[in-house]
Amino acid sequence: MRSAPISITPLETYRNQSPYPFCPGCGHGFILDHLNQALVNLQLDPRGVVIVSDIGCVGLSDQYFATSAFHGLHGRSTTYATGIKLMRPDLKVIVVMGDGGTGIGGTHLINAARRNIGITVLVFNNFNFGMTGGQHSVTAPTGALTPTTLAGNLERPLDICATVAANGASYVYRGTSFDKDLPEHIAEAIQNQGFSLLDIWELCTAYYVPNNQFSRRALMDTLERLAFPTGLIHRQEAPEYAAAYRRLYAEVLGKPTLSPQSIEPIFENALDHPLNLVVAGSAGGKVRSAVRLIGRAALLSGLRATQRDDYPITIKSGHSVSELVLSPNEINYTGIDRPDVLLILTQDGYQKVAHYLPLMTRDDQLFVLPPFAGVETRAQVTVIDPSLSPRRVPRTGVTLVIVSAVIKQLAAFPPQALEEAARMGRKQFQEENLKAIAAGLAWADQKETTHLQGAL
Amino acid sequence: MREFTDGSTATVRGALAAGCTFFAGYPITPASPILMAMMRELPKVGGVAIQAEDELAAIGMCIGASMAGGRAMTATSGPGISLYSENIGLAIMGEVPLVIVDVQRLGPSTGGATTVGQGDVQFVRWGTAGGYPIIALAPSSIPECYSLTMKAFDLAERFRCPVFLVTDKELNMTMNTVDLDQYQDVSVRDRKTQEAKDIGEETFTPYRYHPVYGVPPMAHFGDDMIVRFTGSTHDERALISKDPPTVDALNRHLAAKIEHQREEIELVTADLQLGAKTLLVSYGVTARAMREAAILARGQSKKVSLLTVHSLWPVPQTAMKSALKGVERVVVAELNLGQYRREVERIAHGREIVGLNRVDGELISPDQFLEVI
Repeated sequence: MRSAPISITPLETYRNQSPYPFCPGCGHGFILDHLNQALVNLQLDPRGVVIVSDIGCVGLSDQYFATSAFHGLHGRSTTYATGIKLMRPDLKVIVVMGDGGTGIGGTHLINAARRNIGITVLVFNNFNFGMTGGQHSVTAPTGALTPTTLAGNLERPLDICATVAANGASYVYRGTSFDKDLPEHIAEAIQNQGFSLLDIWELCTAYYVPNNQFSRRALMDTLERLAFPTGLIHRQEAPEYAAAYRRLYAEVLGKPTLSPQSIEPIFENALDHPLNLVVAGSAGGKVRSAVRLIGRAALLSGLRATQRDDYPITIKSGHSVSELVLSPNEINYTGIDRPDVLLILTQDGYQKVAHYLPLMTRDDQLFVLPPFAGVETRAQVTVIDPSLSPRRVPRTGVTLVIVSAVIKQLAAFPPQALEEAARMGRKQFQEENLKAIAAGLAWADQKETTHLQGAL
Repeated sequence: MREFTDGSTATVRGALAAGCTFFAGYPITPASPILMAMMRELPKVGGVAIQAEDELAAIGMCIGASMAGGRAMTATSGPGISLYSENIGLAIMGEVPLVIVDVQRLGPSTGGATTVGQGDVQFVRWGTAGGYPIIALAPSSIPECYSLTMKAFDLAERFRCPVFLVTDKELNMTMNTVDLDQYQDVSVRDRKTQEAKDIGEETFTPYRYHPVYGVPPMAHFGDDMIVRFTGSTHDERALISKDPPTVDALNRHLAAKIEHQREEIELVTADLQLGAKTLLVSYGVTARAMREAAILARGQSKKVSLLTVHSLWPVPQTAMKSALKGVERVVVAELNLGQYRREVERIAHGREIVGLNRVDGELISPDQFLEVI
């Protein structure tokens, strides 16, 4: 607690004055009394206890406690509890939910268990939706009679305890609302640092009992018939998530966060109008990173640049198209209606940019690999054949080699800017990129590259 | 001094500058860069970032964390907003400060994951049951991604409610050249809080309905009082209530705290030209092509006025009315089939109103604007 100006311990009860609203004989009140007794046993500061409830009859429970409380949406109580615990690991966060919430929020339970987040979940398990008419829930035994299983339930009941125990929970208990020692187990669960769950079976006297001639005896028989174990089922030591998170990241605490990576212009440029350049290749061909490098080189030359990438949701297959706008002025529109310069490197890329070809004029330039030498266009076509490169073209750097050769030829900014841009990149790629750029620049100096130049 | 960067980076920097301490998200294109950057950056400032098991958990964790004193943000795209829907209602009802980034992509359902769209504009407004006012801000440039993220935090704290930052694939992921001096810091107010020593109570009263537009102060879980939170209709103590006068006061309060103070929220950039008969209205990435078109049109001595809407919700009606003076024709440009045009029509009725719309995954170009100017 941040401060405790008001003395409130020792407490005789964590309940407020209001009587429970539940039906006569309903198990909810018994379980809540056990929870209250557990809190009394532990003598926790009620301001540091947050009871998180969701929907259904049990969702009303938090109102009857003089602790902090969060009443949220059906089945999502575990997520609110996780957020509270992550923000304030010092708090005792107790989720009270029904078997309905267990069904609709099952994935949250599994994942809270998997993380071993330090919250305690009490499942008030009476096999049906007592608030909405007694419909069957995920825990309804096979054969159970409810308004939605009129001929008997076809589904098998979810074993909540086995599910969370198999997935990382560090304290798992199954019992009934009749268990005299329930307060001790609830207290144990609250004291456990990690994720705790108690599956507590009980009677819904409004629906499940009359619909199934159910009773305390029948409840015990069902447990036995299903061979669901009871008592403390599972306990293991494991790091609690909120604490583990803080330990794991302690070493980055205080490190500088993201700040602008300023690029100072150190080269001249020769552009007095915007230049639209499109590179069309395949995923995995380093199209985006090559174009990113040109963008940085443009900024190093006092130009502005935008880079718009297009790619399918697959990562290493399909097209990869980068659209680059270079301009001496502010660029407001990042789209390209017609490229001034278009590079076609692969079939994937060709298919994606073929619509540009009829729009291109004699002033525009098209650079293509040999398979695309015959494309129909009015643009000036240069066929680039990597086999004619004076230096061996590294397979992974072929896009950057070609892009570098083209940039040299366009002469919008000095090729040294490309090298400087490569040095700004991640260290692991610097050497490889510089090699590719050098190969591209050397190639551009050879007349062979341009021997096919001219409108076809 | 310039940099080469994208909107997701600016949004994350804005969140950090605004004092964000909690982030939960779930991977989705094109919002994932924000999740990844927050996972990397938040631990450095002592905050917590987590990848949740799904979108319902992501926003749920944010709501819990905000009530425990965190300054929380989540980011997703349209399909994720669909899954946030119920919890958006909870955040409205429980009066939870929270920033929700919607990086829009194209189309209903899975749509085009890597394709730009602006189809969530009405969805963020009406995206939860019950129908209550919402605040939604729309940046149209990278520097605005920074400043409006800060503004979103400010308004969330000020009004104790979820605030949307509505961007799109293009703004979030396209690299741009930004002059560093264009980044403007916005002051972010802290939520009003109370402690036991101020009010002499052991149990906090978390909600207040009088005056109807008042924003109640907060106390957090773990502070020095017993604190309650609820998503059910409730009285000022957060106890479930169906008492008609109480419920009426609650619901009118939720609406009034935004509607009565909308002038504090309404935000536009107006670029009006004296004598212009045509007003272009747009928002988000589309507003950038609009600005380019205006430069070109004015270069040809054509008069045109521009209104870039930054507070999509509440609709900036005061600024819009003022921009409409002398205007005969309004063009509303957006990457959907006229969602915001409905709002403009309410205010500009009697004038010719034209929609400029695209839903093919491409941007509206300056040339398309020039055709309608």
